[in-house]
Amino acid sequence: MNGLTQVARPPAPSALSNALVFGWRAVLKFKHVPEQLFDLVMTPIMFTLLFTFVFGGALAGSPRDYLQIFLPGILVQTVIFNSVYSGMGLSGDLGKGLFDRFRSLPIWSLAPFAGLMVGDVLRHLIAGAIILTIGLLLGYRPEAGLLGVLASFAMLLTVGFGMGWIFIVLGLLIRTPMTVMTLGFSFLFPLVFASNIMVDPKTMPSWLRAFVDVNPVSTMTTALRGLMAGTATWEQIGSALIAPAIITALLAPVTIWLYRRQ
Amino acid sequence: MSANASAVQARGLVKRFGDLRAVDGIDLDVPRGMIFAILGPNGAGKTTLMRMLATLLHPDDGSASVMGHDLATAPDQVRAEIAMTGQFASLDEDLTGRENLVMLAKLWGFRGAAARDRADQLLATFDLADAATKQVKDYSGGMRRRLDIAASLIVTPGVLFLDEPTTGLDPVARKSVWSMIRQLAGSGVTILLTTQYMDEADQLAARIAVIDHGKKIAEGTPRELKVATGSGFLHVAVADPARLDEAAALLENHLGGSVQRSVEGARLAVVAKTPHDANAALGAVIDAGIELSDFSMGSPSLDEVFFALTGKGKP
Repeated sequence: MNGLTQVARPPAPSALSNALVFGWRAVLKFKHVPEQLFDLVMTPIMFTLLFTFVFGGALAGSPRDYLQIFLPGILVQTVIFNSVYSGMGLSGDLGKGLFDRFRSLPIWSLAPFAGLMVGDVLRHLIAGAIILTIGLLLGYRPEAGLLGVLASFAMLLTVGFGMGWIFIVLGLLIRTPMTVMTLGFSFLFPLVFASNIMVDPKTMPSWLRAFVDVNPVSTMTTALRGLMAGTATWEQIGSALIAPAIITALLAPVTIWLYRRQ
Repeated sequence: MSANASAVQARGLVKRFGDLRAVDGIDLDVPRGMIFAILGPNGAGKTTLMRMLATLLHPDDGSASVMGHDLATAPDQVRAEIAMTGQFASLDEDLTGRENLVMLAKLWGFRGAAARDRADQLLATFDLADAATKQVKDYSGGMRRRLDIAASLIVTPGVLFLDEPTTGLDPVARKSVWSMIRQLAGSGVTILLTTQYMDEADQLAARIAVIDHGKKIAEGTPRELKVATGSGFLHVAVADPARLDEAAALLENHLGGSVQRSVEGARLAVVAKTPHDANAALGAVIDAGIELSDFSMGSPSLDEVFFALTGKGKP
């Protein structure tokens, strides 16, 4: 029964090594829970196709012209919606007592969150690549070329990183993953739809336009369109990053406090 | 006595949740290498006590040390010495049993092949090799519990905390967890377990602390606890359940102690100081025309000890 006898302890691993293990766990989750991948792939395909062909003609003259405006927007929308997943996963882990084991291990206490980030980055990259591919097939042309696309994805990951904190905090507070999702979407839907992603705000009533103009989702979308087209100004990029920066500055300490509080 | 002689030492531990004092000033001394049981009903504060000792909850008052490291000032050193198997499986349900163990082995600092070897060793030891590549959500309750305990033994801990290790298991799985716990203790690991089963504490533990409403109400070896409650117990089964009260009153009259009753089987149990007293009391019951289906004289079961200590189960 050599499993029960004393084994020599390995030297204590580094914080980075701890974080990588949680990243590996996030990758394994993709392998074992293909449903999550299905959701991740189908939702953006559906949104892109439906909006382009149903609304495209009415809103921009033709689906192809609409795609030019809409595609950067749907990328932002997808990243924002997908940021709910890590909060849901966290909520489930906490509910099952798995984090009790992690917290009673002598590891870097923030390593589990690094794992969530790895999962997030993978999700954003997969969904982003799918949407971009569909867009390219349907005639979307990012005028800034490969460099523009890379800059856009860097911005998307930053936006996703910022938004993710909101749901990590929710996940730490709420022990049922479904509630995290419902709460998350009831807050995200108005935020995403009352923006410049799908429709030009000029047609909206003035009170709504006032909101749309200051909605961080709009500034992110404007910046992303600029990056894809090669016309982005530093001001646009800067204002798109304000919200993620503020959220991170506020909620990262809250996350650490909530995690260590108990 | 130096702190080093104890695996776990607690002084006046308190944890409040709002107005509830879940743990209300508990002292504990668990010698190294011992199986020590914390016995109590649901809601007595067992899990809260254990979570504090495992660094998962901050005590509101009091202090404790584990393997000589103070909980408050050296939580990381405490974590390096302990492993905890919670009441609910602390495993990743989506991953396979092997992946769970490899993940934890890597978190302890085993690299690549060494992590996989350690996982395979544990899977073999815990009779899980065949289920190694199955997702944990497809495991039975017993397999899950074995994997959960294996996950606590990646490196041999100084103290292993087991929170209700056999709750919800069938009798066969329960026996196999018991034998595993005994083997572990044989290899020198200190084991602190909570249980609400008297027979579990009796079977496994060298010492038992009985807690109720956040307070320790008794502590000792199983034998000491039984002796403290009364050396002899008279057990009586009444043939006609309708006459149970009458029989209980007669026994109480003759023996002085309070009679414990269990509804199923119309059974009564009461302390009898000598067989002579027991005989006299039985005679009185029989003289009253109450038919007995069974009676015996013996040492109290831990159930009876517990009921005698907490006052629960009195008429």
